[in-house]
Amino acid sequence: MRLTLNIWRQKSPVDKGRMVPYTLDNVSEHMSFLEMLDVLNEQLITKGEEPIAFDHDCREGICGSCGFVINGVAHGPRRGTTVCQLHMRSFNDNDELFLEPWRAAAFPVLKDLIVNRSSFDRIIGAGGYISAPTGSAPDGNAILVPKPESDMAMSAAGCIGCGACVAACPNASAALFTSAKIAHLGLLPQGQPERHSRALHMVAQAHEEGFGNCTNIGECEAVCPKGIQLENIARMNRDFLTGAVLYRDPQAEAGAG
Amino acid sequence: MNSRTPPGPIEKRWENTKFEMKLVNPANKRKYNILVVGSGLAGGSAAATLAELGYNVKCFCFQDSPRRAHSIAAQGGINAAKNYQNDGDSIYRLFYDTVKGGDFRARESNVYRLAQISVNIIDQAVAQGVPFAREYGGTLANRSFGGAQVSRTFYARGQTGQQLLLGAYQALERQIDAGRVKMYPRTEMLDLIVIDGKARGIVTRNLVTGQIDIHIADAVILATGGYGNVFYLSTNAKGSNVTAGWRAYKRGAFFGNPCFTQIHPTCIPVSGDYQSKLTLMSESLRNDGRIWVPKKQGDTRKPQQIAETERDYYLERIYPSFGNLVPRDVASRAAKRMCDEGRGVGPTGLGVYLDFGAAIERLGKQSITERYGNLFEMYERITGESPYEVPMRIFPAVHYTMGGVWVDYHLMSTVPGLFVLGEANFSDHGANRLGASALMQGLADGYFVIPYTLGNYLASNPLEKITEAHPAAQAAKVEVDNRVKKLLSINGNRTVDSFHRELGKLMWDHCGMARNAKDLLDAAAKIRDLNAEFWQNVNVLGDAEDLNQSLEKAGRVADFLELGELMCIDAADRNESCGGHFREEHQTPEGEALRDDQHYAYAAAWEYKGDDHPAKLHKEQLYFEYVKPSQRSYK
Ligand SMILES: Cc1cc2nc3c(=O)[nH]c(=O)nc-3n(C[C@H](O)[C@H](O)[C@H](O)COP(=O)(O)OP(=O)(O)OC[C@H]3O[C@@H](n4cnc5c(N)ncnc54)[C@H](O)[C@@H]3O)c2cc1C
Ligand code: FES
Repeated sequence: MRLTLNIWRQKSPVDKGRMVPYTLDNVSEHMSFLEMLDVLNEQLITKGEEPIAFDHDCREGICGSCGFVINGVAHGPRRGTTVCQLHMRSFNDNDELFLEPWRAAAFPVLKDLIVNRSSFDRIIGAGGYISAPTGSAPDGNAILVPKPESDMAMSAAGCIGCGACVAACPNASAALFTSAKIAHLGLLPQGQPERHSRALHMVAQAHEEGFGNCTNIGECEAVCPKGIQLENIARMNRDFLTGAVLYRDPQAEAGAG
Repeated sequence: MNSRTPPGPIEKRWENTKFEMKLVNPANKRKYNILVVGSGLAGGSAAATLAELGYNVKCFCFQDSPRRAHSIAAQGGINAAKNYQNDGDSIYRLFYDTVKGGDFRARESNVYRLAQISVNIIDQAVAQGVPFAREYGGTLANRSFGGAQVSRTFYARGQTGQQLLLGAYQALERQIDAGRVKMYPRTEMLDLIVIDGKARGIVTRNLVTGQIDIHIADAVILATGGYGNVFYLSTNAKGSNVTAGWRAYKRGAFFGNPCFTQIHPTCIPVSGDYQSKLTLMSESLRNDGRIWVPKKQGDTRKPQQIAETERDYYLERIYPSFGNLVPRDVASRAAKRMCDEGRGVGPTGLGVYLDFGAAIERLGKQSITERYGNLFEMYERITGESPYEVPMRIFPAVHYTMGGVWVDYHLMSTVPGLFVLGEANFSDHGANRLGASALMQGLADGYFVIPYTLGNYLASNPLEKITEAHPAAQAAKVEVDNRVKKLLSINGNRTVDSFHRELGKLMWDHCGMARNAKDLLDAAAKIRDLNAEFWQNVNVLGDAEDLNQSLEKAGRVADFLELGELMCIDAADRNESCGGHFREEHQTPEGEALRDDQHYAYAAAWEYKGDDHPAKLHKEQLYFEYVKPSQRSYK
């Protein structure tokens, strides 16, 4: 098939950037979307033009590196699918496509389709963990976890941190991402001791990074390639509110002996 | 070669070593600067744990976040000798299976330690909130995996690597937030700094700004993963590379068993020449799927039209006691033989069926969906076919490298102060890795081995204070800078990928599933020529001071070209077949691998002697005091 591709080209974070049109012939339906871009890039290099920069690594839909907007939809037309797993059989001959990077204040563009998502790491660093220093763990089976809770936790934990939820949200909110971690850990017995402080700190960090508020629009859930659900946001809000009432700063612990 | 393997009864060796090792005073730990290159299971767990202990850590990865290391892609599970299923597992059995599975080319002491530590890893991961699969009573669930006759594999749906990595990543982010780890994402190590014979730092390139920096430290830890991408097509992530290990090799670290490569039997076959990577279908599928090809050669009928009696379930036929669960190397070679006989399936003839028809009938579609739903979806997304209706088509693909930087029992390379963890080192798996053992090894190295052995090194080796101004550091930086400039100035006619594909094809054809001395040496010579052409004729566009993905790739491919040659030389030098290394000249009458324990019961450790001199082979003799070498039999 033949495609017309309008792709966002931006040399650096300070460059203004613009859409540039390309045409590509002989696209096979068995190619993945990124393989199609590989072919385009090989042609560009041969012509002496700089290839299009896009993030990718696993190409299996699990590392969360890849992601851009195709015709207005984060990760493109196929539900539950990252762009690396999207295949050209989802498109037709003579389609015209528009490829743009994630747009959000907290995700500044670095080059072409690549954005800086390190704000997500800082949200995790603010509390998205269970403090369990190496060596301090009891036997694995000493902690029983009911299967239903464990399954729900696993579903929330499946988030790959790609950022599509933010890109799709009119408020550029990181609520789905943040809540997935809060729900994953908060559903497990191991996660209870830090449950409320976790929610407080992660939500605060998301605000500090410049992500917007959640107003329950639901676009995030619609584009999430991993099917992370809105109910996580409800869990987050509950933990946050309880936390706001219960949380106390830690006390000093020094003592003579 | 001094492997520093401790003496005494095997079950006491690690305990005794730990006791004899020197400790660093808690208050002094923060005075030590440690570099951890890599943030996968091995690097992430090491960086977090060392920071918890109080060391001053810098951690590096080339992805935009440590959470995206290639470990994230592991699907099937992680082994541990918990014996929760009461089915006869034990530390000794896991040890035994691993030594045997590795075809008697691993160090017994290391493997025993790995089996011992395996149980702690599960505890640690559970405490971190890794959502392992559970039974209805709330206890941990297990499955049996790739060649094991006990159920010792722990798993989190088909996303075990993801969940274990996120556990380590979250521990790491906690330390980053606390200021005890400084994280450098999108940063690539391009050289090792060796001063007075000791590893004292690295040179890095910031992949966004192009800035080249020196980082000085008291010890350097490489946890940079495997080099399967030397074959261009593999199941590894696109960015996986050998650069860190290769630069260390060129600075004096010996490279161990470079030719030991694992070819995984269950991957989705290649569909066209634009193909950029291969997708693994988890081995757990072999628990319920049956592998077959048509009995007749060149049978192009649809699988549904081929009657039961016309199908050859060849693994069940040849290996009745293990059937579809034979180890990976055995399954891969059998598939290759079927295709060589002209009985392969699919448009290219390079494929075999993995059929769930019988399992669906026996267990119901619901159970199969619960077990493999996500994998079936992934297969359908890629191929457009539903495994519920038509058998999957699979073919072997490069998956894992058992070879890597040679390390001793302390995980230290031949350069003092340079430690190598995870897939990047050569240890523990011998000539073939068992399924679900890489995650175990990466986490054992990072959580439970390096925290001890690093402390011992620091406490026993007083180090001189040095700064970035040291001439050796400056010289390494200049070399890196020059290499970057050189790559950008060649302006030839071929893209980086075209070189990489050509290298990959040479490797797959001659250093892949079946090898012979003549082809290997031919390939080595061709790769050398290709390398020479690369430095004359590659075309890398863009600038040095910029985010430049072609430049990143070019540097990695340049190192793969050198590694590929060494792999062929190593494979030609090992005149035996063992594990994943199958030499056509050395096979039993039934076509099974034929080891030569008398001459080759050693780990090959290659020393770099300069670009124009052949590498020098050193041998680490392997001793088997507990598991007596025997011909592996899965019949
Ligand atoms: C598809 C797939 C499925 C698998 N499934 C299983 C399984 O079920 N069970 C199992 O036990 N094993 C499995 N494996 C194997 C296992 O996943 C890997 O061996 C293991 O995760 C490697 O971990 P690591 O920490 O050593 O390296 P990696 O996870 O590869 O991490 C390497 C790190 O090093 C960094 N790095 C590399 N080079 C540089 C450089 N020059 N400068 C800076 N940073 C650098 C990278 O950024 C990354 O952070 C699977 C492998 C694949 C490919
Ligand atoms: S490249 Fe890893 S999710 Fe797409």
